[in-house]
Amino acid sequence: MTFSVEAKIRDRDFDVQLAVAPGETVAVMGPNGAGKSSLLGVIAGLLKPDSGSAESNGRTLFRLDGGTHRWEPPHRRGTVLLAQEPLLFPHLSALENAAFAPRSAGVPAAKAREVAGQWLAAVDMADLAGRKPGELSGGQAQRVAVARALAADPDLLLLDEPLAALDITSAPLLRRLLKKVLAGRRAIIVTHDVLDALMLADRVVILDAGRIVEAGPVREVLGQPRSRFAAGLSGVNFVTGTLTTSGVRAPDGFEFHGHQDLAAATETGADGVAVFPPSAVSVFLEPAHGSPRNSFPVTVAHLEPHGDQIRVRAAGGHQLAADVTPQATAELGLVPGMRVYFVVKAGAVSVYPA
Amino acid sequence: MSAIRAARNAGYTGIPRWVLAVAVVAAALIVLPLVAIIARVDWPRFLPLVTSPESLDALGLSLRTSTASTFLCLVLGVPLALVLARSQFRGQRLLRALVLLPLVLPPVVGGLALLYTFGRQGLLGSTLSVLGIQIAFSTAAVVIAQTFVALPFLVVSLEGALRTAGSRYEAVAATLGARPWTVLRRVTLPLVLPGLASGAVLSFARSLGEFGATLTFAGSLQGVTRTLPLEIYLQREADPDAAVALSLVLLLVAVTVVAIAYRSPQRGAA
Repeated sequence: MTFSVEAKIRDRDFDVQLAVAPGETVAVMGPNGAGKSSLLGVIAGLLKPDSGSAESNGRTLFRLDGGTHRWEPPHRRGTVLLAQEPLLFPHLSALENAAFAPRSAGVPAAKAREVAGQWLAAVDMADLAGRKPGELSGGQAQRVAVARALAADPDLLLLDEPLAALDITSAPLLRRLLKKVLAGRRAIIVTHDVLDALMLADRVVILDAGRIVEAGPVREVLGQPRSRFAAGLSGVNFVTGTLTTSGVRAPDGFEFHGHQDLAAATETGADGVAVFPPSAVSVFLEPAHGSPRNSFPVTVAHLEPHGDQIRVRAAGGHQLAADVTPQATAELGLVPGMRVYFVVKAGAVSVYPA
Repeated sequence: MSAIRAARNAGYTGIPRWVLAVAVVAAALIVLPLVAIIARVDWPRFLPLVTSPESLDALGLSLRTSTASTFLCLVLGVPLALVLARSQFRGQRLLRALVLLPLVLPPVVGGLALLYTFGRQGLLGSTLSVLGIQIAFSTAAVVIAQTFVALPFLVVSLEGALRTAGSRYEAVAATLGARPWTVLRRVTLPLVLPGLASGAVLSFARSLGEFGATLTFAGSLQGVTRTLPLEIYLQREADPDAAVALSLVLLLVAVTVVAIAYRSPQRGAA
């Protein structure tokens, strides 16, 4: 019994199809305005698409195609939304908040409070059950919100950047908690943080401009990114172009030599990408010779701290970056605007079809 | 940022001095007449004046009708405010403007309009009189006139509270499985309770002070339609001291109402 949704929204140029298996957690990532929250809104029944359909466990959530017009209201979908802000009902105590869904489902008050108490205990909030939301910290309130969402026993849990509003100490705590409660539960989590995808999700979907541009197991997408956004997430240099016998030729004519990861023979001339980490790039003042090396002239756009290294970002379309030591930066006298050469060994460049 | 906060704490307001002077004049314009009428009260006769049969009739009628019209305002105004704040439809802006009309309409015009609606020759009145229902110049007319002028206070106050609260809590409640009625009862109304309370209090106060529409639409019959403001107007010629004494009663009620209306939002925010 899977969950599946497909929806089109003309005004927002949104056209997405997605399926989630039982017990699977899917991370949805993408730039701002890509349509991530729209997707959750459509699934939850808060945003009506122009056309499409969704099914959950064989039940139709909506079907808006040609003649048929079915639209189940949010409260009959079994899809609970957990937002960036906890949105606990301010006039109810933590316990009453957690008991809200069972009460709404018609569970008697005493039984609903018992269920709520169990979920509060599961998120380590049993001690503060009597508190009003105004008396809780941001992290505590979000934990109560998690308990409230789970007490609804949703078919599909929708998490819209649940950690984004938390401070640096509460976020890891809640992330661990989510890992515990999401295990074996069907969920979609919208996030900006690659750590959420790695820790919480089985699969990641990259959304850009209302379309899914990439999807697959988290490790695969991050290991072999095929979109600039995914490459940015894993922090690697990313060049698109056409495949050649020894690498990828970028549209500007420059050829990045590398090694093909895939055993499958790929025809030259097809779309391909070259990927290499900034740590594999060296910076020289003169062009470096000797094969198999890539050496290309760039202009330094800016320098920024990156761990104990300095990340040198080059101007231009490829958005290349190199990591060098502070010592090397000083010796080379790197400043923005300077013409330098980025050099990377062909062995460090992964090439694969796009 | 911190310097600006410090400046605020130190009491920098940025208000020119002459503005303060004008503000004092404005405050005096409101406070002085109140002082004047209190000064004019004939204290030895105060109690006998306000407990005369006419006065008690008028006071009792005012309290009964104002309570009834506040109840009507709640029953009718809450759905109207919800529709205005939460849904979108053609003509919504026009409807909102029309709902506000009684706030700015001279009450006597409102009274005439009601007369031509519910009066014997009126739009609905002729149908109602066939059914044997006579509204104009009855206590029911008083309540309708008061509701007509007071309803905007409740609607405006509640609609503002609903817009401030936003619909995000309601969306979350719905995804948690709450039916629309449950969302309204357990989330929406508790969230806007302060706005609802102050709206109801303002409606009550406006009903209590209603004069023009009542006189035009309901007349001035002792014990039936002669509310406290009408009694005061009538006594003004016959016994000015009685008028002043009754005015003080209305003033005290008004002060109480304002005190309640201004306290409840703060309590809600705390």
